[in-house]
Amino acid sequence: MKRLLSVLLCLCLPLAAVAGGGSHYPLMHMRPDFHDKASLQRGAKLYMNYCAGCHSLQYMRYNRMGRDIGIVDAKGKVAKQVIEKNLIFTGAKVFEPLTIAMDGSDAREWFGVTPPDLSLMARVRGVNWLYTYLLSFYQDTSKQFGTNNALFPDVAMPNVLLNLQGAYKPIFKEVTINVGGKPKVIKEIARLKMVSHGQMDSPAFHQAVYDLVNFLSYVGEPMKATRQCIGYWVLGFLIIFIILSYLLKKAYWKDVK
Amino acid sequence: MEKLLGWIDDRFPLSKMFKEHLSEYYAPKNFNFWYFFGSLAILVLVNQLVTGIWLAMFYTPSAAGAFSSVEYIMRDVHYGWVLRYLHSTGASFFFIVIYLHMFRALLYGSYKKPRELLWIFGMCLFVLLMAEAFMGYLLPWGQMSYWGAQVIISLFGAIPKVGPHLVEFLRGDYTVSGATLNRFYALHVIAIPLMMLFMVLIHILALHHVGSNNPDGVEIKKNKGADGKPVDGIPFHPYYTVKDIFGVAVFLFIFCFVVFFKPEMGGYFLEHANFLPANPLSTPAHIAPVWYFTPFYAMLRAVPNKLAGVLIMGAAIVVMFFLPWLDKSPVKSIRYRGYATKVMLALFTISFLILAYLGAESVTPGRTIAARICTLMYFAFFLLMPIYTKLEKTKPEPTRVTS
Repeated sequence: MKRLLSVLLCLCLPLAAVAGGGSHYPLMHMRPDFHDKASLQRGAKLYMNYCAGCHSLQYMRYNRMGRDIGIVDAKGKVAKQVIEKNLIFTGAKVFEPLTIAMDGSDAREWFGVTPPDLSLMARVRGVNWLYTYLLSFYQDTSKQFGTNNALFPDVAMPNVLLNLQGAYKPIFKEVTINVGGKPKVIKEIARLKMVSHGQMDSPAFHQAVYDLVNFLSYVGEPMKATRQCIGYWVLGFLIIFIILSYLLKKAYWKDVK
Repeated sequence: MEKLLGWIDDRFPLSKMFKEHLSEYYAPKNFNFWYFFGSLAILVLVNQLVTGIWLAMFYTPSAAGAFSSVEYIMRDVHYGWVLRYLHSTGASFFFIVIYLHMFRALLYGSYKKPRELLWIFGMCLFVLLMAEAFMGYLLPWGQMSYWGAQVIISLFGAIPKVGPHLVEFLRGDYTVSGATLNRFYALHVIAIPLMMLFMVLIHILALHHVGSNNPDGVEIKKNKGADGKPVDGIPFHPYYTVKDIFGVAVFLFIFCFVVFFKPEMGGYFLEHANFLPANPLSTPAHIAPVWYFTPFYAMLRAVPNKLAGVLIMGAAIVVMFFLPWLDKSPVKSIRYRGYATKVMLALFTISFLILAYLGAESVTPGRTIAARICTLMYFAFFLLMPIYTKLEKTKPEPTRVTS
């Protein structure tokens, strides 16, 4: 008990030591656009082809996704057959969530960790982080799968988009840091340089990663478009309510001196 | 209609109560901006109760189901996301409203005689609100909910001898677990809301017994007209009901803006780490409570000894209960007080805000020093109050309220 408490105390007091942690690789910026349905559909296609083997979206249902990102027929109903034919590779029904077949314990054996569910990852990490992460893989023969990541060093995930992106190598810079009062020179990744072409050129690949992150951002909060749409009506109503209630107050308070 | 009212009045004092508490409750006519927050606190309380009831219909209070059930509410329950965002945003706005409501009391000396009990009931409500918020925060079973609860509950372990047993008793387990979640759920949805409603009732009864204070700190009951009504008073209904409706409208505009456009409020109202399910085996690198607890958390961290830190944090709340007796000033309102009170109140407010900021950030040596200075300032405001309120030169209080 005492040991547990002291561990907890250590957790809650000197938070600074480990806060932030990880790499200093700068984040790139992207602005999700959940009205760009073409981008969301391309993102969904990429997700099903490159991510859904390992990462589930357990809180997202296929039919809701279809309805929201515009996979609908002429009558505006969810195009079930299109989804079943092109996006479902697991034999799941269209109203089911996006689960995966890979067993958690198998995954731990193969990768060292269970690939996390990505339903809410855009809300945990933020879109800029995801965007940068997916663009920061480079070749590293010392790793099990031959790739490493500049933003998330020694990540267990291989670069699944390698054939689209092409291979990159890191360009290092020397940085002086302070270790126990003494300056120490360490190598840090400054940028990544292409060594071989993939199926996509650089702008096309950036667009593909944008689409994928845009899709994940949508999955994180699928009601976002509805939320903002209702929000404008609510605020509009409240402006009228503010004006009327002010006039009412003024009328009543006329005789207060 | 009148017949029906007569029938009810013969059996229940409806008209009498309406008169006593609304149409013939005389409130000072000079209320300003700061006097909106009492009625707004009731509005937010009702919002929390109503949305809470609907959330409880779909929420699963178990370690295995809690996180998923919240996402189920967000995605599969029709307009469940509105309920959830109203509730989560409501929690933060409850504290904003209450902090401003309490600040009003500090500005105009609303805790001073004859309103000591009114203040103490209010302080009890503040403590209940903190307990309610803390327990509600665990329920989504996110990473930060879990580890926040782990850290805060462990603080009770600092109490000598009984500490470790108390911690076990609170958690119902050797660590925060499903047992803790279930008991927090019971307390969050039944025990504490019931106590809060009761305290709100006696808070309002005490207020209506002594009458409202005002920005001049003048007792309007001392100055009655020939009809026996205070000359500076106006009936709460309709004057303040219509004024408060306007206040409610403006408040709802700001509140709904957050609900519909910024529900996470940059990670302050809904923290990013809470979108990850609780994992007892993986401790987050940076654990911080929600923004409304950060001033007290900063005080805890500012003290190198755990027990002393816990005591300081507790004392920060307890000292507020004694405010009516610490203030020796002959006047109530800040308008007629001397420079000392004005400066001390300003310093107190600034240190509280700095502490709030520091409590959310990670610790550095510089920040620790800042937190220590601000903690000292916080306590100086209260503990030196008997001296500076007695020594300073005050302006004479007017006999009538000013417009």
